[in-house]
Amino acid sequence: MARIAGIDIPRNKKVPYSLSYIYGIGPTTGFKICEEAKVDPEARVEDLSEDQVTALRTAITDLGIIVEGESRTTVSMNVKRLKDIGSYKGLRHRRGMPVNGQRTKTNARTRKGRKRTVGLGKSTVDKKG
Amino acid sequence: MARSLKKGPFVDEKLLKKINAMNEGGKKQVIKTWSRRSMITPEFVGHTLAVHNGNKFIPVFIYENMVGHKLGEFAPTRIFRMHSGDRKV
Repeated sequence: MARIAGIDIPRNKKVPYSLSYIYGIGPTTGFKICEEAKVDPEARVEDLSEDQVTALRTAITDLGIIVEGESRTTVSMNVKRLKDIGSYKGLRHRRGMPVNGQRTKTNARTRKGRKRTVGLGKSTVDKKG
Repeated sequence: MARSLKKGPFVDEKLLKKINAMNEGGKKQVIKTWSRRSMITPEFVGHTLAVHNGNKFIPVFIYENMVGHKLGEFAPTRIFRMHSGDRKV
């Protein structure tokens, strides 16, 4: 059992990938943390000693990595800033549309959510129902 | 790709000259500009610029945290007026 940064307990995976279950840490940062904590990146979480786990924890704070709640707030603060200053990006965030200039003729379903049919198809359905 | 730091932020010369003149004279005036590509630098803060959107000038008041953005970001060029089938929602 390894509890790092709150409640994340990833086991039976190699350490860097296991660390990436924490919000704000991806594979790259995972490897960096291992290097800082002098933990073998090939080792699995279940084989770690208690000392090594604490070393990982301190490595995260020492490297100044923002994780979990803190990371989420910074992201939402950045989005809020864009919205408040009335920039084009903020506008796209507000409308729930893709922000970085992707096409919207097709795709963009992650941002727009499930497909809503508009136009003639819908009005006929309305009449029947 | 981001612009090279070596070059510094891009601001149209003409615009920068007008802004600096306003800062020195201490007076405030709306400046019309077509230079959507200009980056907002700290000198701009507190002024109102009328940024062209291809049709008309959109007044933009520059706040502190707009620094680093381009003027064009604040004057949308497209208006979305609903799809034809969207009438009842």
